[in-house]
Amino acid sequence: MKPFTIKSGVTALSGTLGALAMPGLVRAAEDAPPSLEELQTLVPGLQVTLDNVFVLVATVLVVFMHAGFVLVEAGLTRAKNAGNIVMKNLINFSIGAVVFFAVGFAIAFGGGFDGLGAYIGGGGWFIGDGAFAYGNLTPFTFFIFQAAFAATAATIVSGAMAERTKFGGYVAYALIMTAVIYPIVVRWQWGGGWLYQLSTPFHDFAGSTIVHLTGGVAAFAAAKALGPRIGRYGTDGKPRAIPGHSIPFAIVGCFILLVGWFGFNAGSQLGADPVIGRIATTTLIAAGAGAVMAALVTRLQSGKTDVAMTGNGLLAGLVGITAGCYAVSTIGALIIGLVSGLIVVFAVSFFDKIRVDDPVGAISVHGVCGAFGTIAVGLFSNEESEGFIAKGLFYGGGTDQLVSQIIGVVSVAAFVFVASTIMFAVIKATIGLRVSEQEEREGLDVHEHGSPGYGSDRAMA
Amino acid sequence: MKLITAIIKPFKLDEVKDALKAANVTGITVTEVRGFGRQGGHVETYRGAEYKVDFIPKVRLELVVDDAVADQVVEVIVKSAGTGKIGDGKVWITEVSRVVRIRTGEEGRDAI
Repeated sequence: MKPFTIKSGVTALSGTLGALAMPGLVRAAEDAPPSLEELQTLVPGLQVTLDNVFVLVATVLVVFMHAGFVLVEAGLTRAKNAGNIVMKNLINFSIGAVVFFAVGFAIAFGGGFDGLGAYIGGGGWFIGDGAFAYGNLTPFTFFIFQAAFAATAATIVSGAMAERTKFGGYVAYALIMTAVIYPIVVRWQWGGGWLYQLSTPFHDFAGSTIVHLTGGVAAFAAAKALGPRIGRYGTDGKPRAIPGHSIPFAIVGCFILLVGWFGFNAGSQLGADPVIGRIATTTLIAAGAGAVMAALVTRLQSGKTDVAMTGNGLLAGLVGITAGCYAVSTIGALIIGLVSGLIVVFAVSFFDKIRVDDPVGAISVHGVCGAFGTIAVGLFSNEESEGFIAKGLFYGGGTDQLVSQIIGVVSVAAFVFVASTIMFAVIKATIGLRVSEQEEREGLDVHEHGSPGYGSDRAMA
Repeated sequence: MKLITAIIKPFKLDEVKDALKAANVTGITVTEVRGFGRQGGHVETYRGAEYKVDFIPKVRLELVVDDAVADQVVEVIVKSAGTGKIGDGKVWITEVSRVVRIRTGEEGRDAI
């Protein structure tokens, strides 16, 4: 992050002096403007408060994204499984909070960064002794922001596993994901690990790779292990759409995710710095561009603009810009958004064709566009900061950053794929991963949770 | 007395109701139904993949009328429910042997 400038600090201070009830400030407000000496003691303290307040507000926005996931995933699946899918999001978030507190945070950020520490951390269990904190943030502010991210990475997968997964198997997955797999990936980069130690450090500002590619690749492994839903492919082997039960749910969910994403991306500055305005702007541009492009492509393909796919396009743009929201120019953001919106439409058809049934498009949105957005930083980066980010290929920086980006994407994707494939195989062999055919046909709500999502007075769809 | 049953396009319901009221029909029962006729359903697209909708949503009207006006009522329905396009639906007449108004016990024409 960039240092807080005294100049803007003075402007901000003199505007708010009267409103603050701090003793030192009250005197200053009544008499002359504060002296330089007073400011030098006041400004850093104020900055600490601002940083913590801002990151906590951003955290709340990221937590709110889970409401978005609930609506997108429930909307794009059938009414008979509505209770099950929202329960997965709910339990996943809750397990994530507890497990990341106990174990995940320590693996991601605890201990030294040399040797094995470049790959896996250990220290500050239960936010105890040795708990890591960044910049001006308290360990708690830093933890809660990271915990919200951990739950996000895990919940991405629930959409791809929708309508056919045993609840117990899902719980086991959510536990392992937030306790071990996601924290290890975080360690490699944000935890100061080996990706961050590359001669030109890998750059993933808010997690196109660390959060979204991780979730997307695990989603791929999950959907592969599960197999497609009954009826997803006709007797001729051709994909048959299984429309979701509420498009308005899905699109309200997309808007909630968009709102939350401003916390996700701008909050990743981990401090209250004026650069958050630019981060939020690149985020907005890419989101809009992704949706516009997806709408156009579906229109050209079938003559109709597909609503759910346009929603996926918005999310694709958001995922794409997440890595580069700090580093790329606004024009770079526009291009990243447009390309993400294009990629997502073809990715969805591709996974349909290879019989990987992903009811909500999580693999395409989070996996494919996460990888693209991360690599795009190596092309569109317009920032240069030693040990943090180099200029991209299109901005005269050569291929150094691009190479680091590819290393990051490939290594994270490979690790997550292998780890999740093993995890799902073990779950399949022990708890079981897929529900019975009868349960799948009748709906998971009653079989897994006792009552239908829409109340027993409503006929099951 | 005759029972007239009509399967119509849902968005035509208001028009048909107004036309029937204008023709002095005193009551209609409406049910939301799904089905297919000669067109055999249709194909919709969702997220780039197609799917077949075999049973298309329709509205079923049922009304019991006096023999003398049955043909006229059918004509009113045909005229007001028609769009000239495929899927407009059908109307048929069934003989009714007895009708009772539950509140008063009236029977036959008085019960309509």
